[in-house]
Amino acid sequence: MKKAGGRIYTFLIFLFLYAPILVLIVFSFNDTDTGSRSVWGGFSLRWYRKLFEDRLILEALRNTLLIAVVAAVVSTVLGTVAAIGINGMKRLPKRIMMNITNFPMVNPEIVTGVSLMLLFVSAVRVFGGRSLGMGSLFAAHITFCLPYVILSVLPKLRQMDPNLYEAAQDLGCPPVKAFFKVVLPEIMPGIVTGMIMAFTLSIDDFVISYFTSGTTQTLPIYIYSMTRKRISPEINALSTVMFGAVMVLLVIVNVRNGKDRGKPSQKEV
Amino acid sequence: MKSNSKLLSAPYTVWMTVFIVLPMLLVGYFAFTDKSGAFTLENMMSVGQYSNVFLRSIWLGAVATVVSLVLGYPLAYIIAKMNAKRQNVMVMLVMLPMWMNFLLRTYAWMTLLEDNGLINSALAAVGLPRVHMINTAGAVVLGMVYNYIPYMILPLYSVLTKIDESVIQAAQDLGANGRQVFLKVVVPLSMPGVISGVTMVFVPAVSTFIISKMLGGGGNLLIGDLIDMQFLGSAYNPNLGSAVSLVLMVIILICMGIMNQFDDGEVNEKGGMLL
Amino acid sequence: MKNTIISLKNITVSYDGEQVLGGFDLDIHDGEFVTLLGPSGCGKTTVLRTIAGFIRPDAGDVFFYDKNITALPPHRREVNTIFQKYALFPHLNVYENIAFGMRLKRRGEKEIRRTVQEMLAMVNLTGYAHRGIGQLSGGQQQRVAIARALANEPKVLLLDEPLGALDLKLRKDMQAELKKIQQCTGITFVFVTHDQEEALSMSDTVVVMDGGVIQQIGSPTDIYNEPKNAFVADFIGESNILDGIMLEDYSVKFAGHSFRCLDSGFGKNTPVDVVIRPEDIKVVEPDATRIVGDVTAVTFKGVHYEIIVDVAGFKWMIQSTEGRLVGDHIGLALTPNDIHVMEKSEYSGVFGDYSTFSDEMDEDRNNPGGAKTFYEPEILGESGISHGSGTRVGSGISHGPGTQGEPGISCEPGTDDRFEAPDAAGTEEEEDGNEI
Repeated sequence: MKKAGGRIYTFLIFLFLYAPILVLIVFSFNDTDTGSRSVWGGFSLRWYRKLFEDRLILEALRNTLLIAVVAAVVSTVLGTVAAIGINGMKRLPKRIMMNITNFPMVNPEIVTGVSLMLLFVSAVRVFGGRSLGMGSLFAAHITFCLPYVILSVLPKLRQMDPNLYEAAQDLGCPPVKAFFKVVLPEIMPGIVTGMIMAFTLSIDDFVISYFTSGTTQTLPIYIYSMTRKRISPEINALSTVMFGAVMVLLVIVNVRNGKDRGKPSQKEV
Repeated sequence: MKSNSKLLSAPYTVWMTVFIVLPMLLVGYFAFTDKSGAFTLENMMSVGQYSNVFLRSIWLGAVATVVSLVLGYPLAYIIAKMNAKRQNVMVMLVMLPMWMNFLLRTYAWMTLLEDNGLINSALAAVGLPRVHMINTAGAVVLGMVYNYIPYMILPLYSVLTKIDESVIQAAQDLGANGRQVFLKVVVPLSMPGVISGVTMVFVPAVSTFIISKMLGGGGNLLIGDLIDMQFLGSAYNPNLGSAVSLVLMVIILICMGIMNQFDDGEVNEKGGMLL
Repeated sequence: MKNTIISLKNITVSYDGEQVLGGFDLDIHDGEFVTLLGPSGCGKTTVLRTIAGFIRPDAGDVFFYDKNITALPPHRREVNTIFQKYALFPHLNVYENIAFGMRLKRRGEKEIRRTVQEMLAMVNLTGYAHRGIGQLSGGQQQRVAIARALANEPKVLLLDEPLGALDLKLRKDMQAELKKIQQCTGITFVFVTHDQEEALSMSDTVVVMDGGVIQQIGSPTDIYNEPKNAFVADFIGESNILDGIMLEDYSVKFAGHSFRCLDSGFGKNTPVDVVIRPEDIKVVEPDATRIVGDVTAVTFKGVHYEIIVDVAGFKWMIQSTEGRLVGDHIGLALTPNDIHVMEKSEYSGVFGDYSTFSDEMDEDRNNPGGAKTFYEPEILGESGISHGSGTRVGSGISHGPGTQGEPGISCEPGTDDRFEAPDAAGTEEEEDGNEI
């Protein structure tokens, strides 16, 4: 009795979570000329064809991926090095650094977005140069990815036996080599987690990009402009493709994690 | 490793100074100056005109947070009681929608809630009157709950699974029945999860501008929309926008401070369980 | 003896299709200190959790004063448990932890305060009421767990290896304190442990278990002096176990000779196991006795030497206060009192001689298939202490008033100056705790 209640409740919540997505997917195959989002007119792939002929979308996709790769790589390198530095700090400077690191995570995204916009606009006004675009997007994305990298590397550094590094040197390994041979492998899971998080956050970001992109299009910004126009099941087709891509990615990641059970837990995102 | 640690974090320090600290100072500067750059309190004063927008944002955000908590807690509890294998699947299912772009998720609700959308078509098909749902405050709350409820469920779940089974058995052993175990042991021990869940839902809900734009129509202006309008919208006025942002930030920080205070008080009084 | 308070009848419990207990029967008497002793996996904790109500047996019944409570959920049973890792409520302070059960029963605030103070005095934690659980050392947490359970006025207290997490010195102190609490309150204690010395020194009755089956029930002295089979003999202390033949009443043949003994009733020419405790064997000149052999190993243990002697291929262990040299040719003398005859059992031959014995081989002894598989490392780790002789066991139970002078548990809180220094005891505890 109690168990059945729990099952029904779980089912209802998941229905709430998935029904809209399902509707979206179903209507991406809708054959309609009016672009209606509620009347079924038969099966068709026309919106997918239209989607892949859309040059703007493909360009936005290219921008998004480029920004995500650059942001993930730069923030991972910068963040990992910084985490090692912070880990070795004394209490007070450490606290100051941690507060600065936590700030963008606590601060509403929109405030971070407009503050960066003010910075870029002011910089253009003072130093001249081109208006906002890829450059400002790179900087903005690296900025909001950095804290996530640091917060996933730091715990690994703290867990690491501090004697490891010393033991390597004791056995005759020069410091830099000792770092790459001993410290890096130990904190690698944290670095990888941080990098994956940075990559996905960057791909998914709309709010901060919205304020710092100028006229450059990223995928989320393009989606936004499409929803504003309230048209065409093309957007449904795009959703389906993206959802499918995510599913495939997750399956791959899960299969790989299944092999080496050291799954990095994804809490406190 | 320790001797040159300061050098290692130097690039990061410079980066964060330029891209976090400096922009925040700029927000402050713009908030207290006019277009010519002269000091003024006018922006801050005119924020007061929008107090109804602030109140609406906080109210809708709070409602969405409470609804998320009420809906999310039982689910987190049910999942935490499952066996380990099913737990993983369930957690995965809770997270999966979050991997879809949040604009698309919100757009999905647009197609459902419209006057001639799917729900209304279904109602009409069975002979019931159509209901006006889109562009109402209720639709905004629904959108917030839909988008942010995973942020409530996940921290709750992670705290609930960490509760030691033997502590629950100890309570039973001392005479607590199912309801008493839940109220006297499970709920207090899950408070850290409640607090982080509430924070993680309330902050984005209160500062959103997409959800209100897409589901709330023109009549449900929120703080986020107000800021958007000043920077990229029709009412271009970065000085006022900065002032509004500053106030929003202060409100959020105060809310978090209150939450943390509550949390800390609990810890100090009842013995450092978070340590 | 007294009334039976708990009675287990024909209990069967399985986990994942694997039977842990099958047709298990046990009676526990009112006011007794009963210890369930056995190696890990022997089912002793399962018995405890069945009494507490956390396990519903697949078959069989649990009786409490002749009332069948098999279907009663844990919160309605008049028994309380001390959990292995204490299971204190981390969100409540010491006071509220102890008051938890009384609050559920809606006792008055005045009564609660009085009882909590009484309990804190009993476990020597007066002044700790408003500490958080995280601020306590392991030993102090243990005391709070005891106070919390006793505040609920249970008829039976169940203790699931409660001292396992404490270091050796603290464990000894807590053993004495628990024993004293039991004597003060008169509450029936059911104590689970795998530490034979703990069992012998605390209990009125020891229940030795293996493989879900009771091997022997008896007083500590009975268990030690008259083990029923080779398992009990080997699990309780060191023993030399030899194949023998009971020739007739009071006469047994082993090691190639016949000896007079005190046992009878086995019938004529019956194969038996013969147990001889290492500390009972006297070392004499070779020509003064019939058992002679060569010393193959000598280990100094502090109180005594442990000497391994090869007698015609069978390795004996002897504990003697006099040292010998490896290679010495010596004789071993026995009196009829030293010879314990046991019926053959499934364990006969499992525990052989000491030919593979060495201090460094502790790990090997835990290997499956090894002769001493059933030992757990902790027991071996303190071997110097745990080879209790008969007299040691007797004094360890401390029925008499001789032990009352020790600080610790007080029967009458607050009436004696000795017990008014909880802070001193507390700081000492804390130091102990930090070392853990």
